[in-house]
Amino acid sequence: MCLGIPGKVVSLNQAEQWAVVESFGVRKKIGIDLIDEEIAPGDYLMVHAGYAIGKIDQMDAQVTLEMWEEILDAE
Amino acid sequence: MANRDKDDLILLAHGDGGLLTHQLLQVYFLRYFNNELLAQMTDAAVFQVEAGQMAISTDSFVVNPIFFPGGDIGKLAVCGTVNDLAVSGAQPLYLTASFIIEEGFSLGSMEKIVASIAQTCREADVRIIAGDTKVVGRGQTDKVFITTTGVGYLLPGVNLGYQRLEPGDKVLVNGCLGNHGLSILLQRESLGLESQVVSDCAPLNGMIKKILSRFPGVKFMRDLTRGGLATNAKEIALSARVDFWLNETALPVEEGVRGITNLLGLDPLYLANEGKFLMVVAAAEADALLKYLQEELSAAESAIIGELRSGEGNVFMKTALGGTRRLDMMAGTPLPRIC
Amino acid sequence: MLSKAQETDAARQALARLLPLAEEAARRLGRRAVLMEVCGTHTMAIARSGIKSLLAGSLDLRSGPGCPVCVTEQRDIDKIIAMAGQPGVVIATFGDMLRVPGTKTSLEVERARGARVEIFYSPMEAVEFAARHPQKEVVFLGVGFETTTPALALSIAAAKSRGLTNYSVFSVHKLVPPVMRALLSDPDLNIDGLLLPGHVCTITGRKAFDFVSAEYRAPAVVAGFEPVDILEAIYALLKQITAGQARTLNGYARLVREEGNRKAKEIMAEIFEPTGAAWRGFGEIAQSGLTIRKSYADYDAAVRFPVEVPEALPPKGCACGEVLKGKITADKCKLFGRVCTPSSPVGPCMVSLEGACAAYYQYERHEV
Repeated sequence: MCLGIPGKVVSLNQAEQWAVVESFGVRKKIGIDLIDEEIAPGDYLMVHAGYAIGKIDQMDAQVTLEMWEEILDAE
Repeated sequence: MANRDKDDLILLAHGDGGLLTHQLLQVYFLRYFNNELLAQMTDAAVFQVEAGQMAISTDSFVVNPIFFPGGDIGKLAVCGTVNDLAVSGAQPLYLTASFIIEEGFSLGSMEKIVASIAQTCREADVRIIAGDTKVVGRGQTDKVFITTTGVGYLLPGVNLGYQRLEPGDKVLVNGCLGNHGLSILLQRESLGLESQVVSDCAPLNGMIKKILSRFPGVKFMRDLTRGGLATNAKEIALSARVDFWLNETALPVEEGVRGITNLLGLDPLYLANEGKFLMVVAAAEADALLKYLQEELSAAESAIIGELRSGEGNVFMKTALGGTRRLDMMAGTPLPRIC
Repeated sequence: MLSKAQETDAARQALARLLPLAEEAARRLGRRAVLMEVCGTHTMAIARSGIKSLLAGSLDLRSGPGCPVCVTEQRDIDKIIAMAGQPGVVIATFGDMLRVPGTKTSLEVERARGARVEIFYSPMEAVEFAARHPQKEVVFLGVGFETTTPALALSIAAAKSRGLTNYSVFSVHKLVPPVMRALLSDPDLNIDGLLLPGHVCTITGRKAFDFVSAEYRAPAVVAGFEPVDILEAIYALLKQITAGQARTLNGYARLVREEGNRKAKEIMAEIFEPTGAAWRGFGEIAQSGLTIRKSYADYDAAVRFPVEVPEALPPKGCACGEVLKGKITADKCKLFGRVCTPSSPVGPCMVSLEGACAAYYQYERHEV
């Protein structure tokens, strides 16, 4: 229901609540009004309808099958 | 004296056949399209033909915006008709150009378009030998519409057609897909994207003539304009009663095009190209043809994108994951989506 | 971030390990396990990447009510079209809505008749457009779920702070948890597990969907949208099915937090309030829609441009409702592929590319 595209923060203006993000070599100015967390250039944001809806946690990049085994077998 | 001020506007009087019409012809068309057939200014251009078969094709151009990254309506008007002839196995010789211009259109823009047509004709080695200009009231057209008709002779020994297609044949394209359609869409819609997507608009007849003289195994060609690769492949599949099997991982798409199409929920396989052809070639010649395209014709992004199999007119695509996806004709103009 | 090649590799590995598990689930159940992807973007990704074709032998994947265009009631579409006919009104919309047929016509047809319809990627661009065209009344079609609603809320806030009086929103926004309850309460439902919508959950938080497993005993996994995300979420669902578990797990932890997006929830609550809403295929569901609060009535197109349209019956024979509930696959509809095709859609599930019927038609249909 909702296309989201990850974009890497290239520059940002906290006062005016916008950032320029790049994905696949395309740059777009987006609103960051919805983001609670600290943002810095290099961070990845998920963008939908012109706004970042969340910050992508690089440390938590992928839930692997091994992690599922652990989570599910921990019952 | 003709006023050459670039800010001057096209008036209804430029189309009334009087002095201003004459000036338009002299100052723009004759000067830029300069050739002896046009210069005769007769009601019809008369030219010699060689023995053999002729080919003729016509197309109207109404692109909005008229200037876009990588081209303009004039360049497009030449490439579109030249490429239709070229993929039919013909060597284009002459074009006619007919302009419908909106009252108030800038003469400066007109001159840019005419210059671009002349430049593209030089690249494609064709000449404009007849033309027409009409001016209509404001709002009756949008800036300028151009219709071109091209004639050429069929290259000797060339045999292209659906009937030659058979299972096992390979499918090639001469470069990245989707650029023209996306560059226009980005200009037209207010999407606020900064990108470097440039139209691929280019005449293909030179490249095609060289290929056809060396590769008799080329069986069919199609320029991948409206509807993109997917729609055109589907049309060919239905007409020839064969199935296309394309490989997703082999399809050349520029990273920027892939990114924006992802962003907007579009599919590059359905976007128009103006300098790309699909070629079906006998399997035995496919690798050599690819090498020739990449190394001799500077079409570095050319690729063998799939093959034909026996079937009833389907287009299948093997996905990167190894699954299968069907491609159908385009339904409705591609629009940016959020879902 | 993983590179494309790494992702494809990971997806291939996930697939190899998932297939035996799907077989095991099928043995246990005595039939293929039925999984529902609630979100239309998942439907698209599953079809496009070929996942559907790869799993068809051992899994039955169904689409749910997660395409906002598809679940919008025909009467609401008729209202939108009526609004487009008002003098001075410019309808601003995401591209998705242009071709959706109402009872008699669509926005695309009305545009051909002279109505002004502008397509935007972001509502903020529509606010800019309104600022540049003060003589026009810009009405944005507020269609979408929790993911999209905050952007519309921000556009209203921006219009207010800029003093614009010619921007309003026609809200047919909907909420996913209430429709999930309606779906799961259906005694005829035959779904073994649910892929939860990753971007809706980014806003609501994972916890908002705990009820799926806690109250309805259905295994559920929040999933991202890359093929590898989807395959791994399916793997986690099958794991639960074969182990007889039912939990609501987060397979999209790089983006989805337990509590969701606080600021997005706040701005939504500031501008909108829950209300009963009619869903195509489901009928009226209490507290499942969002209407603009009285304090923002100046930005509410339903208040500014009241239009009356008659009750609308769904197109005769259209089974969008059954498809949206996962009761049948698209090809079981009598209209599918014959009367109803992407180039002349009868029901909304054929219009939106992510609609269950359009995705089925584009990517999976065999000759009909």
